[in-house]
Amino acid sequence: MAMYKYQWGVIKSVVFMLCLLPFGILVNDLINDRLGANPIESMHVTLGEWALRFLCLTLSLSPCKQIFGLTWLNKFRRMLGLYSFFYALMHFMVYIVLDISLDWMVFVEEINDGPYILFGVVTFLILLPLAITSLTAMQKLLGKNWKKLHSLVYLAAITALLHYFLLVKTEFGKPLFYAAIILLLLGFRLVRRALKKNKIKSVYSKRTSNREKLV
Amino acid sequence: MLIKNDDASLTKEVTDPQVFKARRKIIQAAIALGATASVSAAANEKKAYQHVPIGPYSKKLQVTDYEDAINYTNFYEFSTNKKDSTVLAQALKISPWQVLIEGEVDKPGLYDFEDILKKVNLEERIYRFRCVEAWSMVVPWIGFPLHQLIKQVQPTSRAKFVEFTTVLQPDVMPGLRYSSLKWPYTEGLRMDEAMHPLTLMATGMYDEKLPKQNGAPLRLVVPWKYGFKSIKSIIKIRFLENMPSTAWNTSAPGEYGFYANVNPAVPHPRWSQARERVLGASIFTPKRKTEKFNGYGEQVAALYSGMNLKKYY
Ligand code: HEM
Repeated sequence: MAMYKYQWGVIKSVVFMLCLLPFGILVNDLINDRLGANPIESMHVTLGEWALRFLCLTLSLSPCKQIFGLTWLNKFRRMLGLYSFFYALMHFMVYIVLDISLDWMVFVEEINDGPYILFGVVTFLILLPLAITSLTAMQKLLGKNWKKLHSLVYLAAITALLHYFLLVKTEFGKPLFYAAIILLLLGFRLVRRALKKNKIKSVYSKRTSNREKLV
Repeated sequence: MLIKNDDASLTKEVTDPQVFKARRKIIQAAIALGATASVSAAANEKKAYQHVPIGPYSKKLQVTDYEDAINYTNFYEFSTNKKDSTVLAQALKISPWQVLIEGEVDKPGLYDFEDILKKVNLEERIYRFRCVEAWSMVVPWIGFPLHQLIKQVQPTSRAKFVEFTTVLQPDVMPGLRYSSLKWPYTEGLRMDEAMHPLTLMATGMYDEKLPKQNGAPLRLVVPWKYGFKSIKSIIKIRFLENMPSTAWNTSAPGEYGFYANVNPAVPHPRWSQARERVLGASIFTPKRKTEKFNGYGEQVAALYSGMNLKKYY
């Protein structure tokens, strides 16, 4: 798509604002006392779910690019990834500052008493270095290792799912929905990788057999 | 058993404007969803239980806002979502209402709700209500001690347990289509728990008849147990020799026991029960420490003496 740089700038700003909208709505609802009887739970649910949604969106960019040839999607990868981190960070902050009132004893107690908080924390701890290393300078610094590091995002998706499955009582519909999406994306990636390897192998064996002929 | 009554002169804490405001909100919500006539008629009624006296077991606690208590309810027959179930439950048909009493009793039968009410004494009881999801509220219930009803129907000597069943109205209960729990919802108590003076059959709250989402017209309230024991909209009470199966226990036996006594020392397998979020509290209020037996240990701990509460959760 031929577009000037400033046009992309405008589109990017629009996307940026759209991604911030759920947060804005949440803050507005909070200020106007519209989060119901248990506002902290409402915030957890909204922020946690948006963190997961952005994680899924980020993961879907590469497949969409590969299937539909939409190379411009790459321009949004960092932004969406960082939004996932942003919502996860806000989710974590609500937990630490409001839910457990900065009381580390409660933190230890809750991690001891049930596994779902731990999976949330693990997910967050995976996303944290990915967010830090998303800077272009870091990307250059890490070179090839950058890609390796960032494939951890799949692990984060899986621990986020575990976090989700472990906190619901009977309403498994939503976590199942996200699990289906994530498995699909992960499957796509694995199949593609397997195919690529095969291709390289077959190219390689062709070459060697050609050489043998020459000899 | 010594039961302290340190607040006989307790004044009713809910102010009229609060209740009025709350009502208006839910009425608006209901109107927006099309359930108009019946709800607005209710708004013109006088408070049904305005003159019900405060009972001896009422606790002096700060009562949760009416609006919070009626808009944050679990009623899985309608929806697993607390907001949706509040709205959908307005379709529940509650009159006429009858309760079938059967099993190990001398006077089984189908009893009209009105007839049950004639033979019991209503009182107000302010209780803390602790949900297994780690939140709590304080509700001024209106009701009668369950033992008043039990004595009338005369259980036989074989009756060791009581089973309760919630109404099934498939045409208005979309939640029944999902097998989140085994329907109909059932709960149970040991006979001594059922006879305990704290065990209440509620017909109202906040001086009003029970809102539908809160289990109209008749529900159980067992304040020292997790909220799911306090079964809603009861149509059947059965007296049994053996322990009945109960809805949550059947769905996840490792997570929800028959006893389900509130106990901060025994976590749910997947989350802590040590603390609870108080409904309506400011977002800066820390969670409250959960009390053993939800603070009713003095009255009920004896029921479980010698029992391993970790095993019988
Ligand atoms: C940083 C550590 C984390 C902590 C302490 C944490 C804690 C929590 C808590 C307390 C809840 C609410 C449970 C409830 O009351 O129903 C929750 C829900 C949730 N969290 Fe987390 N979380 C963390 C990280 C994450 C991350 C990184 C993600 C996703 C990428 C995530 C996704 C979710 C989702 C999807 C929900 C459920 C929303 C729903 O019920 O629909 N969490 N989390």
